[in-house]
Order: sequence, then structure tokens, then C-alpha cells
Amino acid sequence: MGRYIIRRVLTAIPTLIAISMVIFAILALAPGDPLSDLALNPAVPPEVRQRIRENLGLEDPIPVRYSKWASSLFTGDFGYSFRTRAPVIDLLKQRLPTTLYVSGMAFLISLLIAIPIGVLSAVKQYSVFDNVATTLAFIGFSLPTFCTGLLFILLFTIRLDWLPSIYRSTIQEEGLAGIWERVRQAIMPIMVLALFQAATLMRFVRASMLENIHQDYVRTARSKGLAERHVINRHALRNALIPVVTIVALSLPTVITGAVITEQIFKVPGMGQLFISAIQNNDTPVVMAITFIFSILVVIFNLIADVIYGVLDPRIKYS
Amino acid sequence: MAEVSPARPQAQPSSAAAADLSSLRSKKARSLWSDAWRQFRKHHLAVAGVFVLVFLTIATLIGPFVWNQPIDKIDFSISTQGSSWAHPMGTNDLGQDIFARILWGGRISLAVGVAAMLVAILVGILVGAIAGFFGGFIDSVLMRITDMFISLPSLPLLLLTIYLFRDTLREKFGPTLGPFLLIVALIGLLNWMPVARLVRASFLSLKEKEFVEAARCIGATRSSIMMKHIMPNVLGPVIVAATLAVGGAIITESALSFLGLGFPPDVPTWGQLLNTSVNFMEIAPHMVIFPALMIFLTVLSINYVGDGLRDALDPRKTTG
Repeated sequence: MGRYIIRRVLTAIPTLIAISMVIFAILALAPGDPLSDLALNPAVPPEVRQRIRENLGLEDPIPVRYSKWASSLFTGDFGYSFRTRAPVIDLLKQRLPTTLYVSGMAFLISLLIAIPIGVLSAVKQYSVFDNVATTLAFIGFSLPTFCTGLLFILLFTIRLDWLPSIYRSTIQEEGLAGIWERVRQAIMPIMVLALFQAATLMRFVRASMLENIHQDYVRTARSKGLAERHVINRHALRNALIPVVTIVALSLPTVITGAVITEQIFKVPGMGQLFISAIQNNDTPVVMAITFIFSILVVIFNLIADVIYGVLDPRIKYS
Repeated sequence: MAEVSPARPQAQPSSAAAADLSSLRSKKARSLWSDAWRQFRKHHLAVAGVFVLVFLTIATLIGPFVWNQPIDKIDFSISTQGSSWAHPMGTNDLGQDIFARILWGGRISLAVGVAAMLVAILVGILVGAIAGFFGGFIDSVLMRITDMFISLPSLPLLLLTIYLFRDTLREKFGPTLGPFLLIVALIGLLNWMPVARLVRASFLSLKEKEFVEAARCIGATRSSIMMKHIMPNVLGPVIVAATLAVGGAIITESALSFLGLGFPPDVPTWGQLLNTSVNFMEIAPHMVIFPALMIFLTVLSINYVGDGLRDALDPRKTTG
């Protein structure tokens, strides 16, 4: 088991290197010159511009440029933002907690919705409850988050005036009022993400549960005279959740990158919003850093999914 | 296996069975496709989905000729009006008719969905078929590449690439075709992996089967074995994946345009319509509701069709 984990971690390294090469290649192939602003400046003669290029290493051969870029990347040096002149890593440190909070909460809530409903749907297959639940799940994942987000704002902010449509990180109120304000503004961004995720997960839970519920070991448990609740929760559910855990781990990065869209809708000051504004401002270092962070997250969670699957399902062989 | 297929010879040909057989023969032969169609028709929502999609396609293709309101005529005297007979979906902030824009933009949204699906399916089939058929070293290299593509974060990478390349392509191919080619190629190239895995797995198991050996014995070439003999057996799941990929691509394109990184504002795709609507939500909620409804209706129909096809094309399911 230990050796399996180590080997799996080692295979993640070439993947990360390959991804960094892809990102670098996209950047290197892209048209446009980082010094194009200087070209328009009559006070900077071409010789000076050429010297700046050499100083910045832009004239080096591609492998040299890549290794310089990659080594600074892996030590956490993402360079400086073109726009704010601040180190990119500081910007990320500011923004990451908000993103993790919103997408983490969304993720937890989606699990709390999806697992009970999925199980109940499978246990009472073809009942009214099952039909309503599966139909809602179908609608849920056919409705992209930017549609739900806008419709939520129309309903809860403009029509009913219950919730604020803008997420502020600068709430001043102290005590209970402040906490209530913080909770209120987080409800919509979290629920939009959570509902979409819950719709997808619920279908997985239901399918996995249905596969297990008709198996011999479940019948054996019943014929031993165990209570139905016990049969479902202790026997069927535990096995049904094994593939679900993998899906859950694999979908976490999707939730975090999906937050790019919800953060934009609700103006949540997280990584996604930073990403979009960096794109709009041509702030290349920030754009590259966030893309790379998102890639790392995907690789890490793929790894976690594999390891958890191995731990939970002893039938998997580590040869 | 409740019934006997007409082509299969009976094991014990008694006189009764022979009479039975001749009566079976007189009926029209049932192919796999007609079986799939019978199964598909039972899924009412999937059939409804097909009708909605056919209707939407016809509406977006012919609609702009029938409803010949200009999509770009600016008239501030009628801006942000709600639904009326003259403007069934109201007007936007510039007084442009939203219904006309939805019809026109629907063409692009649907075209992006189909074209991106074709790119994804073609790349997926190609990679999967080559990896599965040849196996060995080629297989392991191609599968490594597939694994790497799966590990790429698709939304950020899409945004990054569009950010870097859109201006060049816009200059080269114009404001509509430039973004169109870029978005289609990118969505296609970031979504071929599931198809490749599916096709590879089927090829790996099918290439050892007797019918492939038989084809090889009669001198079939490699390409004809791959395309004529193995490929038809893989089509079922590929068709399902293709259907769902159209919906995924439409969502992705809308998301990009919504974020302001897809098509420019003068190309009114459904996502782009939502993008402009955000600033006018309080005074003109219809600007949000109609484009959102179109995206939802299209994607929901596609998902139901995909669901119906999955039931219909699954060979493990007995068809009745």
C-alpha cells in the first residue's frame, strides 16, 4: 500500500511537468510581444529595446527559457503582476481563501443534498419521490451555473429583495449583525455551485446504489433478519459509496474552476474573479500563475481519488 | 432473449417450428437500428427532446428570413421594453429586437455545439482506434497523452488560450469566423479524451474476436478491418457521447461568451446576450430570462436525447 502511494505520487510528477510544458508552449506560441508597449514609445530606441529583451532572457533558446520559467514556478515565484506591481504570490494568498471557502462549502452542501436523496431514490426506485428527484437532477445539470446564478439574482435580489447580489469582503459590522451579513451574501454563490454539483452527484449515488441493492450480499443481510435501515446504511451504502468517493474527489477541481463563473456573477473576490480581471487587463503573469495553480489542484485530486479508491476497495491490486 | 431472431436457424426443425419460421420470415426483418428506434420511442422525454431540437434548428435556420427584423438597428426610443406583439421577447438596452437576435445567435450557438462535437469525436475515434488496434508502444504513448489531457483544467486553459490568440484570429478570419474557429477547435481538443478511452477499450477487446480474424483471412486491409468491421460495433456508445458532447460544448461556448471571452458583442450568441443583460437586470429582466431559457431548453433536450439513446443503444438491454 505504502509503495503504491509512493509510486502513484511519482507518476504525478511527469504529468505536472507535461502540463507546465503545455502551458509554456501556449504562451511561447502566442502572438504578441510583452514589450509591445515600448515599441510604441518614441523615447525608447530599438537598440535599448533589444537590450531589455536580452536582459529579460527573451532571446534565449526555448529550452533555456522553459527551464528558467519552470524552476521559478516550482519554487513558488510567480513573478510580478503587470498591473499592480505586487508579487503574484501575494495576490494569490489574498484570493485563495475566499475561493476555497465558497467552493468548499458548496461541495459539502452538495454532498449533504446528493447522498440522502440519491440513496432514497434508489431504495424507492420508480416511486413518485424517485421520479421527482431524478427529473430535478436532470434539470439541475442541464442548467449551467451562469443561468441559475442570474435567475437567482432576479428572484432573490430584485424580486424578493432577500439576499444581496454582491459579495463584499469589506463588511465592517461587528458581532451578530456582521456574521449574519457574511452568511447572507455567501448563500447565493454557494447554493448555485452546490445545486449544480448535487444534481450530478445524486445521479451517481443513485446508480451506484441501484447496482448494489440487488446483489446477493444484500439479500443475505436481509435474510439474516437485519432491520431494513441497517441493511441499507451498513451494507449497501458502504459499498455503493466506493465509486462515489472517486467521483467526488475528481469533481472537486471542477467545482473550484467552476467557481470562476459564479465568482464573476456575484463579484466574489476570489481566484476566479482575479483570473478574469487579469485576462481583461492583459496581466499575463497572474493569468499564467492561476492556470498553473488550477492544474496542480487537478493533479493532486486525481492522485487523492486513486489513493482513496485503493484504501476503500481492497479488491484493487497494487501490482 | 425472449424471442428468436428471424435469421437464426432453429435447433430442432419440426413441422410446427418450420411453419412458425416461415411466418416469421414473411415479417419485415428487424435490424439493430430498428430495434434501437423501437426502444428509443418508448422514452417519451427523449422523443420530445428530438422534436424540440428539430424545431429549434429549423427556427434558427429559417427564422431570420421569416422574422426579418434587423438584429443591429439601434433605436433608443424603444430600449429595454418588455414583451409585446412587435417584439415578442422585448428589446435590449439599444432597442434591438431580442427575438431576432436569439434566432440569429442560436445558429452560432448550435453550430459551435455541433462543430466542436465533431472535432472531439473525430480526434477521439482516431486516437482510440489507433491505440486500441495497434496496442503495445503506440498504445501506451497515446494513453499517456490522453491521461495528461484529462489532467488539464479545461475552463482556465480555454480562457488562457482565447486570451492569447483571439486578436490574431480575429484579424485573420473576421469577427465571427475567427472566434468561431478558435472556440470550436479548443472545445474539441479539450474534450476528446472520454471518446478515445471508450473506443480504445472496445477495439482492444474486439480485435481478438473471431469475426476480425475471419476478415483478416479473406484479405481485408488494416484500415478496412478498423473502419468496416470493428468501428460499427463501437458506434453505439460513441453516438451517445457525441450527443452529450453537443450539449457540453453549447454550455462551454455560452459560458465563455457570458464571461466576455467568447464572441464579440455584435455577434449575439445566447451567452453573449446574457453577458449584456447583466447590467440591465433590474429594469429589463426579460433580457436575462429569454436567452437563459433557450440555453436551458436546448441543453435539457440534448441531455434527454442522450439518455434515450443510451437506453436504446445499450446492447445489454433486451429490446422488446
